[in-house]
Amino acid sequence: MDPVTIDTTKIKSIKRKPVTALEKLEDTGLISTVLAAREREGLILLSTIDQVFNWARLSSLWPVTSGLACCAIEMMGVAMAHHDIARFGMEIFRASPRQADLMFVAGTVTKRMAPRVKQLYEMMPDPKWVIAVGSCASTGGPYHESYSVLKGVDLIIPVDVYIPGCPPRPEAWLYAIIQLREKIKNEGYGAKWGLNK
Amino acid sequence: METDELIINMGPVHPSTHGVLRFKLRMDGEIIKECTPVLGYLHRGTEKLGEMKTYLQFIPYTDRLDYISAMPNNYAFVKAVEELAGIEVPLRAEYIRVITMELNRVVNHLVSIGSLLMDLGAATMIMWGFRERENALQLYEMLCGARMTFNYIKPGGVREDIPEGFIPKLNEFIKDMEKRIEDYEQLINTNEIFMMRMKNIGVISAEDAINYGMTGPTLRGSGVNYDLRKVEPYSIYRDIDFKVCVRRECDSYARYMVRIDEMKECLYILRQVVDTMPEAKIVSNPKYGIAPMTGAPSAVMPYFPRIFTPPAGEVYSRIEAPKGELGFYVVSDGTTKPYRVKIRSPSFCNLTAIPGMVVGLKIPDLIAAFGTIDVVLGDVDR
Repeated sequence: MDPVTIDTTKIKSIKRKPVTALEKLEDTGLISTVLAAREREGLILLSTIDQVFNWARLSSLWPVTSGLACCAIEMMGVAMAHHDIARFGMEIFRASPRQADLMFVAGTVTKRMAPRVKQLYEMMPDPKWVIAVGSCASTGGPYHESYSVLKGVDLIIPVDVYIPGCPPRPEAWLYAIIQLREKIKNEGYGAKWGLNK
Repeated sequence: METDELIINMGPVHPSTHGVLRFKLRMDGEIIKECTPVLGYLHRGTEKLGEMKTYLQFIPYTDRLDYISAMPNNYAFVKAVEELAGIEVPLRAEYIRVITMELNRVVNHLVSIGSLLMDLGAATMIMWGFRERENALQLYEMLCGARMTFNYIKPGGVREDIPEGFIPKLNEFIKDMEKRIEDYEQLINTNEIFMMRMKNIGVISAEDAINYGMTGPTLRGSGVNYDLRKVEPYSIYRDIDFKVCVRRECDSYARYMVRIDEMKECLYILRQVVDTMPEAKIVSNPKYGIAPMTGAPSAVMPYFPRIFTPPAGEVYSRIEAPKGELGFYVVSDGTTKPYRVKIRSPSFCNLTAIPGMVVGLKIPDLIAAFGTIDVVLGDVDR
């Protein structure tokens, strides 16, 4: 491709009040007029770091393979051909939490299993997200009265999205994944580390 | 050279332990010297909850024991309650129950074989298995609206009659499955790698299998002709023609082959049951009938027992679940809640055989042997 030359003498500065983010940046002088012109012509793409990072993160969420109970079978169902979460760039279930950034807490968290779930979460590298699947992981569900069951996984680890159901239908999983993607899209840079407070 | 033994933890979070089971392995190099299963990571106190809930409230909890095949769990508990209270069940309801249970056996074996092959490193079979499972689950959705946890079989019958269009779709499923099973066999049975991984791995003799209390396909893979549907016929199995699938090789390959054969038998049973199903649309005992979930209460279900009290007594009732003998021991003291519910789950008893099977093998062989035992942790820990 030939290098495109822009005649800088023909570029006029914007007279009207800046509206778009690009115009605002141009107005404050943070980016040069030449750069802004190139962006308008579609030659380069200007974006914020937030947007680029969030786009990359939400497009390839890698879940950790950790099924706890009944919902884990439905997790397999979601991953298989019929519902196919590969459409969301997340078909790669990682057996090691070190390579994953999403955790489905799929099933009943018993008091014996709770320390292991917490350890698993802590082993995952930042940034990381958690989806509590089913009523057991959300509140204890049908086993709320049981002596050996934790009443919701949010007592030990932070949860981003809750899915109701026992077990939730695959459509509910897909909806939860879309909700999580919306959430990640609106996150600020470093929000997970608490830098944006 | 002097070597040291090494203790390796496998689980509780491991993709091949089918849930949250943990193995403590004492290794000499790559050879397993000792294998100790550590249980209880999914202990949800189901038996204690049985004492806190009424008879009808406890049925959904049985769904969550062996969550891959929930219908036989429903039936086993309901059968115990029916024996306790002396409830008669309409014939059509028994036919519907057998359809759902045999369909669930197919689903269970599909998931079992699929996850076994995936653990061995072949991902095709689980994709195929779940494709067919999805068809079966659509049938269940027509029947009761649920995919995995049904709560469909009730004391005195079933919750609702089968809907319009169910039988044609079931016939379609049976016809489809017969072709698919041939595909599976072509893909897997004579695969050289598969045979090397499975033959003479996880051998357990018939005598040992009986002593460990193994039941179901794992026992029949060791050459013991024992099936509760034949030995102690319940429901309408007395009138159904089917053969018990037995293999004599005692190894993992035999247990796999028993499952494939059983799927064919299930389809054979399903065909018979569909053909001979009685026309009368009575699916629930009028006295103990449960109000249907959808639609207006029909004439066959005029009574809804809000307070259901079987007479005092105790009963042990067992059925042939897809994984083996599933028994419920229910003690009633004449109140609305059971005094005690004890569950004899097939997975737990079958799992006890694992330590004896794998000594002297390598870790990948443990996974192969464990996959053919077909354990569900909800059933083990309860």
